Amino acid sequence: MSDLFTQSAMIAIFAGGIRLAVPLLVASLGETYGQRSGVLNLGVDGIMLLGAFGGYYAVLKTESVWFGLLVGVGVGVVMGLLSAVMAVTLKADQGISGIGVFLFGLGMSDLLFSKLVGTPRGIDKFPKLDIPGLSDIPWLGEMVFRHSVVIYLAFAAIPLSMYIINKTTFGMNIRAVGENPEAADSLGVSVTRVRYLTVTIGGTLAGVAGAILAIDLGIFQQNITNARGFIAVALVYFGAWRPLGIMLGSLLYGLVDSLVLQLKVLEIVPGEWSNIAAMTPAIFTILALVVVASRFSPPSALTKPFTRGA
Amino acid sequence: MNKKLAWLAVLAAFALIAAACGGDDDVDVSDFRVAIVAPSAANDLAFTQSIVDAVEAMGIEPSISESMFVVDDAGAAIRDYADQGFDLVIAHGSQYGASLQEIAPEFPEVSFAWGTAADTFGLDNVYSYEAASDQGGYVMGVIASHLTQSGNIGVVGPVEVGDAKLYVDGFIAGAAAGGAAATATYTDSFSDVALASETAQAFVASGADVLTGTAQMVVGAVTVADDEGIPWFGTQANQTELATDIVVASQVYHWEVVLEDMIKKIQDGELGGEIYEITLENEGLVIEYNDGYDLSDEIKDAAQEAIDGIIDGSISTGA
Repeated sequence: MSDLFTQSAMIAIFAGGIRLAVPLLVASLGETYGQRSGVLNLGVDGIMLLGAFGGYYAVLKTESVWFGLLVGVGVGVVMGLLSAVMAVTLKADQGISGIGVFLFGLGMSDLLFSKLVGTPRGIDKFPKLDIPGLSDIPWLGEMVFRHSVVIYLAFAAIPLSMYIINKTTFGMNIRAVGENPEAADSLGVSVTRVRYLTVTIGGTLAGVAGAILAIDLGIFQQNITNARGFIAVALVYFGAWRPLGIMLGSLLYGLVDSLVLQLKVLEIVPGEWSNIAAMTPAIFTILALVVVASRFSPPSALTKPFTRGA
Repeated sequence: MNKKLAWLAVLAAFALIAAACGGDDDVDVSDFRVAIVAPSAANDLAFTQSIVDAVEAMGIEPSISESMFVVDDAGAAIRDYADQGFDLVIAHGSQYGASLQEIAPEFPEVSFAWGTAADTFGLDNVYSYEAASDQGGYVMGVIASHLTQSGNIGVVGPVEVGDAKLYVDGFIAGAAAGGAAATATYTDSFSDVALASETAQAFVASGADVLTGTAQMVVGAVTVADDEGIPWFGTQANQTELATDIVVASQVYHWEVVLEDMIKKIQDGELGGEIYEITLENEGLVIEYNDGYDLSDEIKDAAQEAIDGIIDGSISTGA
């Protein structure tokens, strides 16, 4: 057990936890926009998969990680718009259409990978950025300030989203449409326009999350997200539809995941307990969801399509 | 006359060469139709690729349903191929056993093969096949024990079952025989690339300077080894092209060793009922070195000693 409290182990746990948290953080932050406006998108995982493949393939062909990230953005925009068409214009059942988007992303990313790439090949990863001064702080420096650039950008999106949702007119419209679309509509807010924008933002960030995952790993493999998109949707509930809560939830999930891995690597958790240990992050999430559900309510119009005058 | 004799001698030499190369034992695979249902991509440099490569090495172009990680989907594909009258339907995944047990009796004229497993369910139209991957794992462990400076070797496993567990156990035994300590961590997922990557990074943080792993998710661990310049050992398929600088060697599955006999029996009307195993001895398991990795002859000799010892029974992998 004493092996766990060494500098190298603690750094590995925290640095690994942050790396594991970031794709979840970005995807769930995007999903927050949609849900705050009343649209649930269960297709996040499928969009992440397409963003991951798009980002990976772009880096493989151009050797530019930034172009790869841009492709992730583009894929996310297209898939976000597609999701919005189904949920907002066609008023499809949001749960079912989301599952459809997921299955499309799962199958299409696999097909494109098989046909365009075939055998897995490594790609360049995002450059690491050691923050001057801070990265030299004992323990903390290696845990927090020696990550790739996109990890800092992901965390910078938290205060930005807090500002957008809580302090801007657009944010106020999002909240109004999510709580009472009829009232918002009567005040001249276009429910359709707001929901299109939020679902597209959600899709974009899901695509980015996928691209970050693949480029940070330097590889693509079928089903590379391993259902992280669904965890991201759960983390929106976990974070009570607030960016700060979502950040805490993502970090908790990533850190518990990383801690469990380290406990296994250091053989503190016996092999026969490995399966149970692997479920720990999910158990934490479920427990937290129970707590959140009893204290916070989802947006009143969540999953309800809007029809003027209905 | 002398000229005629010379021609006869040449013809006789050709006949002898032809006989040595094949003769009556050759399997005629023209018109023999094989279908494969597998859980990952056909070119995953791991489990699925090993069976696809083997069927293609037999001169057969198989029909493939890849990425069948949903067992129900795989079951539907197996049934569909059987319905189409394929001569051999290969269910390449231990998780497909229950589906096969249900489907095979409905198609008594079709032969099925299931692996990696050692059970034909008592059905006479099901073959099963498995790999003694502990043997190659042991040899890799011996080589790894010569390469490690810290004496600390990391093994990234998926789920503690089947040939993945055999490989991991064999590797640990081989490393121990060479005086090094290998530690295995199972991610409990065959597909979580990110978790495999993090496991590899955790090993590096704990001082591991040689890594290995098995199953399709290890590509995430290989990129970590590549970044760190740490030697990597592959298994199931040759993983050299994944990271040409750090892959030392791969244990490659050559299922064609058992497929040849299986197909011959099917053609003779024997549709199943036998359990096959590929080993170092029958050359179904082959240690392939990366020519681009500078491995000393001394270490290769130690590996060969381990191979010889396993074949003659003087070395036990402990599995």
